[in-house]
Amino acid sequence: MDLTVEWGQVHALLGENGAGKSTLMNVVYGLIRADSGEMRFDGAQVQVHSPQDAIGLGIGMVHQHFMLIPPLTVADNVILGQETARAAGVIDGRASRRTVRELSHRYGLQVDPDARVQDLSVGVQQRVEILKALYRGARLLILDEPTSVLTPQETEGLFQIVRGLTAEGSAVIFITHKLGEVMSVADRITVMRRGKVVASTTPAESSPADLARLMVGRPVLLRVDKGPAQPGLPLLQVDELSVLDDRRQLAVDGLSLEVRAGEILGLAGVEGNGQVELVEAIAGLRPTRSGRVTLCDREVTAASPRRRLRAGLGHIPADRHRMGVILELPISDNLVLGDFDRPPFARGIVRLLAQVRDHAAQLIKSFDVRAEGPQQVAGALSGGNQQKVVVARELSNGPRVLMAAQPTRGVDVGSIEFIHRQIVEQRDAGLAVLLVSSELDEVLSLADRVAVIYRGQIAAVLEGDEIDRDRIGLLMAGAKTDEVAATGEGG
Amino acid sequence: MPLVAILLGFVVAGVAVAITGADPIQAYLGLFQGAFTNKHAFTESLIASVPYVFLGLAVATGFRAGLFNIGADGQFYLGALGGVFVGFSIHGLPGVVHIPLAILAGIACGAVYGGLPGFLKARFGAHEVITTIMLNYIAYSLSDYLINRGPLGDPHSSAPKTPFIDPSAQLPIIFADSRLHLGLVLALLAVPLIWFLIERTTIGFRIRAVGLNPEAARSSGISVARTMVLVMAISGGLAGLAGADEVLGVSHFMPPSFSIGYGFDAIAVALLARSNPWGILPAAFLFGAMRNGAGFMQLQTQVSADMISIVQATVIMFVAAPVIVRWLLRLREVPAESLQITQPEGVGAAPKT
Repeated sequence: MDLTVEWGQVHALLGENGAGKSTLMNVVYGLIRADSGEMRFDGAQVQVHSPQDAIGLGIGMVHQHFMLIPPLTVADNVILGQETARAAGVIDGRASRRTVRELSHRYGLQVDPDARVQDLSVGVQQRVEILKALYRGARLLILDEPTSVLTPQETEGLFQIVRGLTAEGSAVIFITHKLGEVMSVADRITVMRRGKVVASTTPAESSPADLARLMVGRPVLLRVDKGPAQPGLPLLQVDELSVLDDRRQLAVDGLSLEVRAGEILGLAGVEGNGQVELVEAIAGLRPTRSGRVTLCDREVTAASPRRRLRAGLGHIPADRHRMGVILELPISDNLVLGDFDRPPFARGIVRLLAQVRDHAAQLIKSFDVRAEGPQQVAGALSGGNQQKVVVARELSNGPRVLMAAQPTRGVDVGSIEFIHRQIVEQRDAGLAVLLVSSELDEVLSLADRVAVIYRGQIAAVLEGDEIDRDRIGLLMAGAKTDEVAATGEGG
Repeated sequence: MPLVAILLGFVVAGVAVAITGADPIQAYLGLFQGAFTNKHAFTESLIASVPYVFLGLAVATGFRAGLFNIGADGQFYLGALGGVFVGFSIHGLPGVVHIPLAILAGIACGAVYGGLPGFLKARFGAHEVITTIMLNYIAYSLSDYLINRGPLGDPHSSAPKTPFIDPSAQLPIIFADSRLHLGLVLALLAVPLIWFLIERTTIGFRIRAVGLNPEAARSSGISVARTMVLVMAISGGLAGLAGADEVLGVSHFMPPSFSIGYGFDAIAVALLARSNPWGILPAAFLFGAMRNGAGFMQLQTQVSADMISIVQATVIMFVAAPVIVRWLLRLREVPAESLQITQPEGVGAAPKT
C-alpha cells in the first residue's frame, strides 16, 4: 500500500479496527519492521528501525494509551530521556521549565509545567504528550485515536491545536474511525480497509456516507431507525449506591438511577468516572459499600451473578476478552456460559453436547455470526463476531434488563449496525436497556434518556429536547446543571 | 514436542553420566534391562506406574482449573494413612466390602487435605502453591507422629511402622506369579473417568472455564470460589487414592516415610501429558519404568539411580519451556500477524509542495 503525507496538512487515516492503521503507523514510528517496501522522508529514502530513529528524523507519535509518569511534573515528563543537564548530571530544572513554557506558548497548548501529571485531566495529559513529541523536534506528528478519551469540548480544543501545528508547516497524521472528526479536521483523507488503501480523498470531495461505505465496503446506515420509546414500569433501580474501585477509593458515590421497561437509558461520561465500577456492581461482580440494586422488583444488592442472571439480567461486559468470551473455548460453549448446567444443555451433571451445538448453530444463524461453525474457537473470530456471540448469549437467556457496556468497542461498522439494531429491537420488545458508552455518538443515537456520570454521581438526566451534544459535553466535564442550562439555551 | 523433550532429557542426563566418567550407553542399557527385559521387570514397571497415573491425573486436573497442586505428595500420605487405618483396624469384613471401604477412606482423606488449600485460596486468596507446599510438611510430620508414637503405630514391632492390613483389605493379584495388583485396573479406569469428568460434565466445564478465564466464568455466573475448592478436592482425592492403592496393593503396611517424592514426579507426569488424561498413561509408564529400572542400572554400572532425576528435571524444563526447545532446534515461530506492504513505493512523507 501507498501513503503520501504532505507538510502543512492534517492527513486523516480512516478505517475500522483491524484495518491496519495502527500497524502502518507503528511501522512508520519504528515499532514494527515492514516485510517489504520503502519509506521516504523529506524526499530521501530512510530506514526506521526503532522509535529513536523516528524521533531523530522528526517523527513523533502520541499513542492511544499515554506514556506518562503520573507522579512527575509536566516539565519532567516532557524532557524525560532528553534532559538538559548541567555538570555532574544534575537536571537543569529552570531551563526545562522555560523550554516547556515556550513550546506551549508557541503552539497554544496551555499547560502548567509544574503541575503533576496525575492531577491533570485526560485532555490536558494529551497536550503533555503532544508537547513531549514537539520537544523532541517532531515535524510529523502521529495521533493514534486521539479523541477516544476526550469530551466533545476537549476534542474541539485538540482540533485547534492540530490546525495550529499545520499552520506552522508541520504535518499531522490523525488516525481515527470517527467520520465526523475526519470531516471537520482533515485536509486529506486516506481510507484503509483490510490492510489496503481503498481511497484517497478530501472532505470537500466526499461525504460521511461515502466514507462509511469505503471503510466497510458496502453502504452503511449511519442513523439508527427507531420509533419513540414506550416506557413501562421500572425494571432496574439503583438507589444511593456507593462502590469502591480497585484502589479502595470511592468510585461510585451515592448514585441513583432507574431504567424502565421499553426504554434505553444511555449513561454518558468520560471514561474513569465510575462507569466500570457501577456496571460491575450491578452485575454482582463487585461488592457494594452501601445502597441498593433492585432488579424486576427483587432486591439483588448482595446476590451472586448467577442469581441476577436468573432474575433477568443480561450483561454485555465492557472488556470482551477479559469477561465476555473464553477465547480458547468453541463458540458453542461460549454461547451457553450461563446455562451450560441446565436443561436442555445438561442432564444431571452430564452435558448434552448435541443440544449445545444445535443451539449454537441456531444462534450463529440468527445473529449473523461469521464463523466456520459452532466448534470454531471464539478466539479465531473477529472482534465484531466475538461481540455478536456475547450479545447472542445474553439475549438468548431471555433477560428483562439488558446492561450493555461499551457494546461496540473494537467492533467493525457492520457489526455495530447489527448490534445497535438488536438493542433497539429488544427495547421495542419491552426490555429495559442500560447503555454505558464512552462514545457519545452511540449514546446520542440510541438512548431515549441520557444520564451523565461525573465522578461517580449522576450529574443530570436529560430527556427529549434536553438531549444536546454540547450540554452533555459540559456535564461530562463537570459543569453544574444550572450553568449548563444557561449555556444550553445559548447554543 | 513431548517426545523431543524426553529425548533431550536422556541426552542431557547422558552427558552428565559421561562427565562423571561412566559410560552412558551402558547405563541406559542397564536402565532398559531393569525396566523391561529382566525377569518380572515389565510387571514391576507397571506396578511402579500405577501411583503415577493417579497422581498425574491429580496434578493435571488442578492444572485444568489453573491451579498448581504441589501438595499431591502430602495428599498421597493422607490417603495412605486413611487406607492403612481402615485396612488394619477393621476385621471380619469380606474383601468386596473391605477393599472399597479402605480405598474410599484414602480418597476422602486426600480430598479433605486437598480441599483445604482450595478453600484457603477461595476464601482468603492464599496462593495454593505456598499452602500446598506447607501442607506437605504437615502431612509428613503428621504421619511421622501417628506411626512413631501415635495410634497408628504397630505395638509389636521394633521398627516404626503401622500394623499389616488384614488380608481382606489387600488388593488381589491380577497376574499369576507377579505382584501386579488390581490397582492397575483401577488406574486404567480412572483415566477415562477423569477424561469424561473434564470433557463431558458440567463440573468439568466449570473447571475448564475457570482455568481458561476466571473473570469471564465469574461474570457468567460460575462460582470461581466453589470451583476451586471442588477441583482441589478432586485433585486431592486422586492423590489420596494413589496413597491408599500403594498401601493396599504393594506394601500392605505404612512406614513413616512412605513416598519417594511421588507427588513431585507427578508434576512432571502432568506436564509431559499436557494435562490431558489420556496422555497421563504413557507419561506415567515412562516414569514408572525409569523408577523401576534405575535400581538395576545402579547395580550393574555403578551409575547412581539419581541419574533418572536428571532426566526428569530436564524433561520438565523442556516441556514447561517450549520456547527453549524451539530455540535449541532453531524452529522459528511463524509470526501470527505479518504486515503486507506490496508496492515498493512504500510509506513516506514527501517534502512540502
